[in-house]
Amino acid sequence: MSDGAPVGRRVLLGMVGLGALGVVFGPSLQDAEQRLLAPVQNHDPTGLSGLVPDGGGFRFYSVTASVPNRTVEDYRLTIGGLVDHPATLRIADLAAMRQTTLVRDFQCVTGWRVPKVHWSGVALADLLDAVGVKPSAKAVQFSSFDGAYTESLSLAQARRRDILVATGMLGQPVTHDHGGPVRLYVAPMYGYKSCKWLGGITLAGQVTPGFWEDQGYDVDAWVGRSNGRDDATTS
Amino acid sequence: MRPRPETRRRAAPGQLLRATLTERWVHRSFGLLMGVCIATAAILYIGPLSIAVGRRSTVEWVHVISGAALPLPILIGLASRAFRADLRRLNRFSPVDWEWLRSKNRRSGRLPVGKFNAGQKLNASFVTGATLVMLGTGLIMRFANAWPVRWRTGATFVHDWIAYAIGIVIIGHLFFATRDPEARQGMRTGAVPEAWARREHRGWAEEQVAAEAADDASPPG
Repeated sequence: MSDGAPVGRRVLLGMVGLGALGVVFGPSLQDAEQRLLAPVQNHDPTGLSGLVPDGGGFRFYSVTASVPNRTVEDYRLTIGGLVDHPATLRIADLAAMRQTTLVRDFQCVTGWRVPKVHWSGVALADLLDAVGVKPSAKAVQFSSFDGAYTESLSLAQARRRDILVATGMLGQPVTHDHGGPVRLYVAPMYGYKSCKWLGGITLAGQVTPGFWEDQGYDVDAWVGRSNGRDDATTS
Repeated sequence: MRPRPETRRRAAPGQLLRATLTERWVHRSFGLLMGVCIATAAILYIGPLSIAVGRRSTVEWVHVISGAALPLPILIGLASRAFRADLRRLNRFSPVDWEWLRSKNRRSGRLPVGKFNAGQKLNASFVTGATLVMLGTGLIMRFANAWPVRWRTGATFVHDWIAYAIGIVIIGHLFFATRDPEARQGMRTGAVPEAWARREHRGWAEEQVAAEAADDASPPG
């Protein structure tokens, strides 16, 4: 019979041991890896750096079967609910408003972080002032034109200057995959608050938990102070 | 007399029995589940595929279910004596295996290789170990709230890297299979040509021929 050293068992146990060590020391290894790769991530025309596991860069969590393509021409943002002047805005209308730019890290609640992302667009606060918020409004609800995704902020949160209705990202128009042509960017909160493919903004009497919040994530998603995480703040 | 499950059924002339029906079933089910895991992992992980397919919750559900089911074919297979005997063969490294790994002309038929060569043994133990690590880290990610956040990050890190390693090893496995029609016949029908066995697994071929001869000599009873 094939006697001899039980090499198979040793390989197996060795891998389980390495796996356990990896779970314990993985976070430090991952930080080192991302520091190394971060400089190339945002400006990598080949996209190859995205193939390195946990190497950084954006990941794409699309929740519906497909998202319709909206061009600059046929895009519309509807603003309604408890406002004085309900509006339907085109890209050109947004471009005509006061522009705000931000350079902030993008932190996902699952752990990945993209450093120093350049964002541009209209500050949500400016947009709210333009349509006029009724005194009874307490929250702002966002819906995606993917047909499923929803988010919301309290009115106090929504008035911060670091929340954008973004039309530019990384120095160019927001691409479809990144949620373009128009997406929300909530700098101080985890990525799931930054509703992609923004289609509608509704002023309402109360905050309603959004898509991921129905699945257990925190509604007040401050980076470093929610979801049991202790990441460095982003804004 | 000690039962010899592999010789109870007779192969056609010039053929040797290599895998029982149970073993082939275990191989196929494990392969199918692993294939589903890899396909759904690709959708969850590779940006353009994630965008094209979407439906993240459904894809995640399929991935988790097929991953959790991966050990089942192995556990069910343990009921088979032939499968347990092969696990033992895969586990043990004989002096021939070490020589096979060092040899530059390992496929010349010079070495009396057993039923599995050293490469197949390492493949089997790597995939088993990797599957256990994936199950453990997958469990941590699936029930994320039960563990410290750092464990969750660490589990994701390990899960992602081992996924790449598994992918590379499986590509190698399939590559060797495409170049070896007799081995594929063995996994499909259970029997392999004796000439192939004498070339690739001489030690096992001789052992098997002797066992069948012994079976012929003594009537079953």
